[in-house]
Amino acid sequence: MAEFHFKTPLTEADARKVSVGDSVYLDGIVFGVRDANLIRVFDQHVAPPVDWQGAALLHTAPNVRKVGPGKYESICVGTTTSMRVDRFTEALLRDHGVRAILGKGGLSPRSTELMQQYGACYLSVTGGAAAMETLQIEEIEAVFWEDLMPESIFQFRVKDFGPWTVGIDAKGRNLQDEVQLAAKAKMGELLAKMGVT
Amino acid sequence: MEVPPTFYDLVETTCRDLYIQSLKEIPPDVVAAIKRAAERATREVERRIFSHYLKSIALGQEQNMMVCQDTGIPIYWVDIGGKLRLDGSKLDAAIVRGTERATREHPLRSSIVSPITRENRQTSTGERIPIIHYHFVPDSDVLDILFMPKGSGSENMSFMKMLVPADGVNGIKRFVLEQVVGAGAKPCPPTIVGVGIGGSSDLCMTLAKKATTRPLGTLNPDPQLAALETELCEAINQTGIGPQGLGGDTTALGVHIESAWTHITCNPVAVNLQCWRAERRRAKISAEGKVEVGF
Repeated sequence: MAEFHFKTPLTEADARKVSVGDSVYLDGIVFGVRDANLIRVFDQHVAPPVDWQGAALLHTAPNVRKVGPGKYESICVGTTTSMRVDRFTEALLRDHGVRAILGKGGLSPRSTELMQQYGACYLSVTGGAAAMETLQIEEIEAVFWEDLMPESIFQFRVKDFGPWTVGIDAKGRNLQDEVQLAAKAKMGELLAKMGVT
Repeated sequence: MEVPPTFYDLVETTCRDLYIQSLKEIPPDVVAAIKRAAERATREVERRIFSHYLKSIALGQEQNMMVCQDTGIPIYWVDIGGKLRLDGSKLDAAIVRGTERATREHPLRSSIVSPITRENRQTSTGERIPIIHYHFVPDSDVLDILFMPKGSGSENMSFMKMLVPADGVNGIKRFVLEQVVGAGAKPCPPTIVGVGIGGSSDLCMTLAKKATTRPLGTLNPDPQLAALETELCEAINQTGIGPQGLGGDTTALGVHIESAWTHITCNPVAVNLQCWRAERRRAKISAEGKVEVGF
């Protein structure tokens, strides 16, 4: 399995280069997004306050300390379950040019098709290991939509952010989905072993 | 034994400290289980994930950092010694204030909102939150508070079914395995699988939650339920789901069952998953005001 170091903004070629299981490190800018701010963008039709062409988006809602007007320090930045915002993948890739979605738990088969079509990847950040992730964030450069705190849009500057595991590549593979399908296929055998028929 | 007036202030600061420290120090039984699972891991991705878990556990312990960003739903299991004489409403208010102070003074992310308006008071509290379960213990003069900040990744993976008596224990086995496989990567495996059996629907789910607070390595005292715990845990660990659902040999750190008797027509089963950190922290407060902290 290969290791990649990318700088943001990402290109389509970057996103198409990686395969499931590879590890990826990012340098540059990562935007924190999640339920409330994506609902505002896509269901309430409010244009996002930042340009997401080539962006890496991270599913998060961090613990922060306010240190001045619009200025925050990170206390703990971690990653949240991606599947809750799965239905926004298409618009993010098609209309906003996002190249990488970072989150935990994976995305749907439909999102996998879209990543293949538009040239994007899903990086599986290690859920619950936020302490390690926090130290890789150099600064919270900006916070948009403070009224949604903690579900604001965060602009993080990161350095050697990783190694995160490629969960979905642009070749149509989805590792978490494959693992779960294999588990489902094995269930009959496991139930039989427990005497359940 | 009548508690002094200062007792409630002590409960307040103790609850504040329980909340904050629970997010930083992972219980020793959980750390040991993660280490054992890491040593067993053979695949590259699986080993990578466990190394991130262990690094974050160490940062919590050594650098006083929060291990995960999710401050969770604050839940308290409060055992009141039967010999204690105290004002329950003052106790309740002190627990709520401690929760709010942890949020404000650390500060912590307030993860609690109105389910309809999504308003966040930025206090980690709201209508009926924190959740406080009271129980009474005979012949004790100790207030025993077990706190858990229940993260949503695993809490969203909660399942309940009113099976019928004809479904038997086999129905329970099938339900538990199906839910764990269905949850896949989402609850941040390897998990503690809490299983409630019996009771009414509400009690059954509470038992499943309570089961996740039991230290790893302990078995249900009923030998039949203990055997069921072991059997289910072995089956779950053969699913191959692994840490973060990326594949591996450890999907559950343990299966814990708690049970209650039920109605002649009922066979309720509930599953409540707890993520790999399984944060919990306990304080025992004596009537004289001595505090002993543990897990």
